[in-house]
Amino acid sequence: MALNWKTGGLLLGLVFFAAVLLVKPIGVSTQFVILDGIIGDAVNADLVTQTEDGYASTNAYLDKSGGKYAKSVANPLNYSFVFVLAMALGGFLSVWARGGLTRAERSVPALWRANFGESPAKRYAAAFVGGFVVLYGARLAGGCTSGHMMSGMMQTAVSGYLFALGAFGAAVPVALMMYKKEVSA
Amino acid sequence: MTSLILALVIGAAFGAVLDRVGASNPDLIGKMLNLTNLNLAKTIILAIGVGSILMFGGQMLGLVDVGHMSVKSAYIGVILGGVLLGAGWAAAGYCPGTGVVAAASGRKDALFFIAGGLLGAAAYMVTYPMWEASGLLDPVLGGSVTLGKVPGSEYDALTGLPGDILGICIGLAFVAVAFALPERLVATPSGRQQPAE
Repeated sequence: MALNWKTGGLLLGLVFFAAVLLVKPIGVSTQFVILDGIIGDAVNADLVTQTEDGYASTNAYLDKSGGKYAKSVANPLNYSFVFVLAMALGGFLSVWARGGLTRAERSVPALWRANFGESPAKRYAAAFVGGFVVLYGARLAGGCTSGHMMSGMMQTAVSGYLFALGAFGAAVPVALMMYKKEVSA
Repeated sequence: MTSLILALVIGAAFGAVLDRVGASNPDLIGKMLNLTNLNLAKTIILAIGVGSILMFGGQMLGLVDVGHMSVKSAYIGVILGGVLLGAGWAAAGYCPGTGVVAAASGRKDALFFIAGGLLGAAAYMVTYPMWEASGLLDPVLGGSVTLGKVPGSEYDALTGLPGDILGICIGLAFVAVAFALPERLVATPSGRQQPAE
């Protein structure tokens, strides 16, 4: 089961501190754009091109801020992209070390099942639509739970508080409406 | 090369800790957001407080490079995007980082979350010029600012207060809130069904 909040919070805080001590604050959602760019550039090689002083893209978003996203698309072995790949590795090893998940947990989580039934298709559809909305929102906001909420508020960034206000302002009412039936433990 | 090793080590540690605190478990996200089990909220609030105290304390002692700070711009779209993210987070039970960790831990629904996420990010890439033209991405409250002026930092501040001392105070306040927050905010159901709000 999950760590006690005191131990867990201390460990999580130490990871945030290590990141800003050694490199820079943690962020994740930009890498969805970078992966999209890598896929897009593989399909259409004109998407990202090298210029005399860096990289440019035919997509205005990849091209913004002097083509910094275009540069990451062209060079995927950069800190931020490898960081997210490593998160997957760390998560995998951690779950494996504690014995893995049950078959039920791997398709339909218990709280979802109690409220919406056992259909995996329904759960997968909700996860897909949720993912779309989450990443669209994260890119509009310029960051996600990691970059804005945790890293942002840790640095007393005004943008981090605004983001947390919007995120919890929507997440709590939606969860109260969706998850009326409780599950034990 | 050094930076890639750091990415591997810190990234893997972050992924493992997100799993161990339960942040990549949609059940615990749902229970936090419907206010029936706030242990995860206490974990996150404590982590932010601990991170703040160590970072600003380290800066004051000269152990932490102030230049490592990265403060994002404030604009109206931050709140709008936060609302979208919050709604999707509640519905799916995943945010971008925890979705990646969950998918790696064998959760199939998280793979669908990531697929939807890649499509959502692509949709933003295509619609970005519209948002830029709308003015909703223009800086408000000074743009990339912290609450107080952090000594040696390139970022401006919302107030004239000393940013490092203020940061430690706010960090301590986060720790206090983590301790003060009850485990549950809504009434315990008498039967199986939770009473209507």
